Amino acid sequence: MAGGATGTGGHSVSTAYAALRTWLLAPSWITIAIFMLGPVLLMAIYSVLTKEFRGGVIWEFSLASYDQFFFDRGLFGDEPPKFHWTYLAIYIRSFVQASVATVLCLVIGFPTAYFIATRPASTRMVWLFLVTIPYWVNLLIRTVSMKFLIRDTGPINEWLIAFGVLDTPIKMINTDFAVQLGLFYSYLPFMVLPIYAAVERYDFALSEAAADLYASRWTTLWLVLLPAVKPGIIAGCILVFVPSLGAFLAPDLLGGAKNFMIGSLIEEQFKGAAGNWPFGAACAMVLLTMVLLAVFFYARQQAKVARSGG
Amino acid sequence: MREVEKIFGSGSTGVHALAGVSLDILDNEFFTLLGPSGCGKTTLLRIIAGFETLTSGRVFLFGEEIEDLPPNKRPVNTVFQQYALFPHMSVTDNIAFGLRRLGYPKSEVDQRVRETLDLVQLGEFASRHPAQLSGGQQQRVALARALAPRPKVLLLDEPLSALDLKLRQAMRVELKSLQEETGITFIFVTHDQEEALTMSDRIAVMSRGEVQQIGTAHDIYDRPRNRFVADFIGETNLLDVTVETVSGTAVACRLKNGKLLDVASAGEAAVGTSGHVSIRPEQLVLTPPRDDALLEGVVDRLIYLGTDNQHLVQLPDGSEIRVRSQAVRHADEAFGPGDKVSLRVNPGAARLLVD
Repeated sequence: MAGGATGTGGHSVSTAYAALRTWLLAPSWITIAIFMLGPVLLMAIYSVLTKEFRGGVIWEFSLASYDQFFFDRGLFGDEPPKFHWTYLAIYIRSFVQASVATVLCLVIGFPTAYFIATRPASTRMVWLFLVTIPYWVNLLIRTVSMKFLIRDTGPINEWLIAFGVLDTPIKMINTDFAVQLGLFYSYLPFMVLPIYAAVERYDFALSEAAADLYASRWTTLWLVLLPAVKPGIIAGCILVFVPSLGAFLAPDLLGGAKNFMIGSLIEEQFKGAAGNWPFGAACAMVLLTMVLLAVFFYARQQAKVARSGG
Repeated sequence: MREVEKIFGSGSTGVHALAGVSLDILDNEFFTLLGPSGCGKTTLLRIIAGFETLTSGRVFLFGEEIEDLPPNKRPVNTVFQQYALFPHMSVTDNIAFGLRRLGYPKSEVDQRVRETLDLVQLGEFASRHPAQLSGGQQQRVALARALAPRPKVLLLDEPLSALDLKLRQAMRVELKSLQEETGITFIFVTHDQEEALTMSDRIAVMSRGEVQQIGTAHDIYDRPRNRFVADFIGETNLLDVTVETVSGTAVACRLKNGKLLDVASAGEAAVGTSGHVSIRPEQLVLTPPRDDALLEGVVDRLIYLGTDNQHLVQLPDGSEIRVRSQAVRHADEAFGPGDKVSLRVNPGAARLLVD
């Protein structure tokens, strides 16, 4: 009997706590609903409205934006629809650029994170701080500085010429390389920090165990360390890939008009009189759909791997 | 017959983790490094495994110098304190890891994994992941993983410390029989003297980076070489004495109360020097007060330990002596607090330690 009474008591306490928890979480849920889901919903609605020429929208349903994205109807819009790659090409280029930037960040970021995580605890914070220092400077300023650094008459080219390494400046500005440099530099810490967190939690006894069991350093890296810190690597890749995909500062300032990326395309639609809000919103929705599909298939495949593995 | 020898200088901050340690460990031996934490026993083990570099000195394995070989080139495997099982691999893959690195063909890897799983009685858990196993099972996987490549030497770094008492006791027996079955040399590190005494062929007692004594369990318990060993292994009573007469290893000592006691000496004893006599609590017998008693005192406390009774006896000079006797049915035979008692030492049980 006493046991039953205690059980009931414990139950009522936990119910009270659950109610309290709902209320305490309410501000977070409301904030997320209004400020995160709200804008996405707004974009979804805007993408199926009619454009207003001075920017803004007319509240009248229209699929014109999606039509414009996928089909060419000639200069005056009266020809039969013909599938075109104009915008999809920008998307593909953006995906390639973002992928390359992610790989670059991973190749440089992983050793950096590993290095920091294996320093004595007392100096780790200093190293982490050094990695994040550039981020105390505004991204725009940093990107413009990069532009000055790599332009034809910038310090890099001038020094290389002065030291006799080059005769004529290397063309760096307004190339894919410049965009890469900008993306890589902008998002490197987003790769370093999650990997650092994962490596720091890593039990180095596992590496010792691998070495003890005749694994070389490379084998240990591939078979033991990388699988153990995989969540950190995946987080880092997402954190670099997603903003790279939508970046517009680096492609605009460093890549020039040729190297247009999704971010620039969308930005253009919301800027000044030339803009087209519904089209910009449609571009964003296409991107969102692609990303969600990718995430969905990835998750499903992971689940399959987990099932077959377990 | 093979030799492992180490002479080791200072650590990174100039602390002597090991100061001139030399040991020979025999083939097929269950050898234990025993000592309190920080005595350098784990460092020594890590040197043999190759995880720590030597400041100076040399390590031989079957006559071959190995101190410059990286860990993955040494025919030595380790059971880690927290097991260090690969969390993303199944039990089978964990055990096969070493075999695969050594390049065994798949069929042989499979066969050896099966054999090793049987050896540690884990056959039914082959496809589980470490997180799905209990502590004791993980312990066996760690053991199997290290045994599978059939190393010449198996190093065990306090492998039982994470287990609960019952399991620990069962594993002691199992480890010892595994060692006898496989014929592999086990080098076992522990701070638990009971573990060391029950399993080892020989024990090296370490303290502050030095080996204090090497010998069988009996040697170390019955004939401790110095005060540290006597104190660290089991319980003991240390009495201040002055050496009165010496003839060979038979020494007569004078206690502080003026009585004479015949003892065996651990080393060279010179007449007139002062030292300590170590007497194990179970080698003392309580009697009702007698005139010819060696020591007398008053029972301060009686502690019941299940199989044993432990009396704390206060001597006239204020020091306390522990006496242990088998707990008997008739509780009235035991002396209680406040009783005046005399103490007798079993013949040959007192040992002089020259510091």
